Amino acid sequence: MTETFYEVLRRQGITRRSFLKFCSLTATSLGLGSTAVPRIAHALETRPRTPVLWLHGLECTCCSESFIRSAHPLTKDVVLSMLSLDYDDTLMAAAGHQAEAILEEVRAKYKGNYIVAVEGNPPLNEDGMFCIQSGRPFVEKLRETAADCKAIISWGSCASWGCVQAARPNPTRATPVHKVIHDKPIIKVPGCPPIAEVMTGVVTYMLTFDRIPELDRQGRPKMFYGQRIHDKCYRRPHFDAGQFVEQWDDENARRGYCLYKVGCKGPTTYNACSTVRWNEGVSFPIQSGHGCIGCSEDGFWDKGAFYDRLTDIQQFGVEKNADEVGLAAAGAVGAAVAAHAAASALSRLRSRPGTDQPKGED
Amino acid sequence: MAAYETQGFSLDDSGRRVVVDPVTRIEGHMRVEVNLDENNVIRNAVSTGTMWRGLEVILKGRDPRDAWAFTERICGVCTGTHALTSVRAVEDALGIEIPENANSIRNIMQLTLQVHDHLVHFYHLHALDWVDVVSALSADPKATSQLAQSISSWPNSSPGYFRDVQSRLKKFVESGQLGPFMNGYWGNPAYKLPPEANLMAVTHYLEALDFQKEIVKIHTIFGGKNPHPNWLVGGMPCAINLDGVGAVGAINMERLNMVAGIIDRSIEFIDQVYLPDLKAIASFYKDWTHGGGLAGLSVMSYGDIPDRANDHSAANLMLPRGAIIDGDLTRVHEVDLRDPEQIQEFVTHSWYRYADERKGLHPWDGVTEPNFELGPKTRGERTRIESLDEEGKYSWIKSPRWRGHAMEVGPLARYVIGYVQGKPEFKEPVDRLLSDLGLPLEAIFSTLGRTAARGLEASWAAHKMRYFFDKMIGNIKAGDTATANVGKWSPDKWPAEAKGVGFSEAPRGALGHWIRIRDGRIENYQAVVPTTWNGSPRDHKGQIGAFEAALMNTPMAVADQPLEILRTLHSFDPCLACSTHVMSPDGQEMSRVQVR
Repeated sequence: MTETFYEVLRRQGITRRSFLKFCSLTATSLGLGSTAVPRIAHALETRPRTPVLWLHGLECTCCSESFIRSAHPLTKDVVLSMLSLDYDDTLMAAAGHQAEAILEEVRAKYKGNYIVAVEGNPPLNEDGMFCIQSGRPFVEKLRETAADCKAIISWGSCASWGCVQAARPNPTRATPVHKVIHDKPIIKVPGCPPIAEVMTGVVTYMLTFDRIPELDRQGRPKMFYGQRIHDKCYRRPHFDAGQFVEQWDDENARRGYCLYKVGCKGPTTYNACSTVRWNEGVSFPIQSGHGCIGCSEDGFWDKGAFYDRLTDIQQFGVEKNADEVGLAAAGAVGAAVAAHAAASALSRLRSRPGTDQPKGED
Repeated sequence: MAAYETQGFSLDDSGRRVVVDPVTRIEGHMRVEVNLDENNVIRNAVSTGTMWRGLEVILKGRDPRDAWAFTERICGVCTGTHALTSVRAVEDALGIEIPENANSIRNIMQLTLQVHDHLVHFYHLHALDWVDVVSALSADPKATSQLAQSISSWPNSSPGYFRDVQSRLKKFVESGQLGPFMNGYWGNPAYKLPPEANLMAVTHYLEALDFQKEIVKIHTIFGGKNPHPNWLVGGMPCAINLDGVGAVGAINMERLNMVAGIIDRSIEFIDQVYLPDLKAIASFYKDWTHGGGLAGLSVMSYGDIPDRANDHSAANLMLPRGAIIDGDLTRVHEVDLRDPEQIQEFVTHSWYRYADERKGLHPWDGVTEPNFELGPKTRGERTRIESLDEEGKYSWIKSPRWRGHAMEVGPLARYVIGYVQGKPEFKEPVDRLLSDLGLPLEAIFSTLGRTAARGLEASWAAHKMRYFFDKMIGNIKAGDTATANVGKWSPDKWPAEAKGVGFSEAPRGALGHWIRIRDGRIENYQAVVPTTWNGSPRDHKGQIGAFEAALMNTPMAVADQPLEILRTLHSFDPCLACSTHVMSPDGQEMSRVQVR
């Protein structure tokens, strides 16, 4: 009964020619070049749709809202043709025990072969009862559902870092996923929320190549989080020229000068906003006149007020900081090796479909 | 619980208890328990907010100019409305006036949210309560096309179009991997649509999913991203520069054209797809008159969409303001968010502790000390609840009351108040819809009425976007391009102490933020949100909340399938992340939570 992605597309009236075009577009959007096209095509021709169980902890649902904004691929196509969104409390038809039965079913039927996507995080205070699901603490549901998955995607800054409910003093002890689950590969896709096409890009990459993307030391896909917003900001020349917005709606604001002096966190924020941009490339915060608030960074709520000027960079000291970043990147090589090891473990598991996850393999 | 009467409802918990947890297709986490009598009619309803994040305690001590970003994260579905309410609260406290262009842009953004949120709610959160996806597979595409063309001039309506969608759907179902449609209540006798109407609605479910991402680009243009666009105390951060040097880095003609285009397409989609679908679906459910709850008794709206900037009086607000109580539709009471006697929150049945729980507290003086304790009749254990004891504490939502009354808020409340006030913009569309469906005015006080009011409001909001766009163009034409007032940007221009209130009409209803500022920092912050009103548990007098009231006396076709429960709860568009967060005035109690 499990059909491959390609079979589904064909049965839905999509020609092989269109299918290959799709593969080529996928390769381009992932920056992979034409040599990857046959590999993508092969992967999609032989793979059944992977079940995704999308759990929600303490959150605001902005990640789900962002996900449905995806323009390439369209959310409709992701859900109908690329993966099998078997559980997602925001969209699913079933409720109550009919909904919860799906978790059990997928766990048993696709042991080791489903992805858990987590939006939000579990609170640990009050025995976890600051987030109750089916009469039990969310953290239990998370642990149980994750037990047999092949990988976890931590959507957004809540699941990745803790985000707003974990900001000082974190009254519920909201805790990011990687501090609760220790034995699974975890891909962090931070941002409040992450960009829609980054979300679908990460998930389609995993489905297409059957591996987790190359991650940085903090567990973020390098392809989208490898550079700072400042590095690729179209207002960067104004920064370099010393042309700054001094106050809201001043002449310099109207000329689109750099927002550094009104608190822009672009120089310390790793994300794809200045390149991929938002909502089909329409704009991003800086382009619309407000500084970056650094929403994809760990603990960004507690790093000073949003309109305070960054103090750890100087106008001409950026390169020094870039060197420091370079040193950090050298450390990240080790993390990349670890990520590869995890990916290999993943593909070893994949080669024995249906077998139990060996204990302690991770 | 012995059987008792409240607000005209007879509660009786003697019958079979049915638990629905999680309630899906909502924002956040919620549980509901009902008792059914021997005829499967709901005779007792218990609704529970099952999450708490403590956002406002986190705000304590921070810069008031940052508060919008924190409160915006209360909710990513009604994104922006908390930010707007927050900047209004700060501006109210500090006496900051905003430029006309900023008012127009804010209104356009708030209306964008109304249009987007209502559309996504109708098709992606609510439709499956009325529409049977599996039945759509047996529809005749030609008959579907005839149906679609008979109700709308929307061009995507050929038999071939519907056949393609049906074929895609058929193959999806045949694959055995049903995704979000798995374990749905397909075939339940409470579904009344013929296959053709089901196919039309499912087709538009997919079309609306494609289109909704276009609407929010208005937020992206003015606020840089969606969800969670950027706002600014004193105005808006997007500068206007039509033809000067650097115009490409500001709101310029190209940006304005994009906004104008999206407004036009939104009006088309709402008026040619959403409203006709709503009417067509409603025509098959005219006999399902349940779910009125408090709608005909007690409704409230704060009002929103100020025509001119900086005037928050009822006369200047395009969405109506006022309260109706005790079912007296002849009188609209004035609502004052500053009056300590009007809005008060109770915690008798909420997981919080007050010194005296028989008293309510005004939000400026609110206290929040979490107190997770279960009543003696709870079945199960503390972390393994089988069923709750509604005589004890049973929800993370507080019970706000207006002059002691449980109130319903939201699109239906706004339309009822607008109707009673005799405002043609609200009265005429209601009368037209009811007359088209051959229904009396009382029919509006129902689950279907709530759903219909939301649709009418989406259309109202789409057209009002055009009004404010044109207004902004006129203002720019007259030479005013200001978007921000920075006169009081610097904290050294603020008084040592200040307090303010900001309000708005979020898609789900009346929203208020109360702030106290001391020495340039937030001393206290409190939000009372629509789902706190609608989803409130019982209060000290045993009065039930709007969700609970709306579920009462509803018959269920299949006791084990909560289709009717979902239908009525969804008609409120619950937003639980919004509803369940409050803080103490001094934050002292919170530290105790932290060390646990």
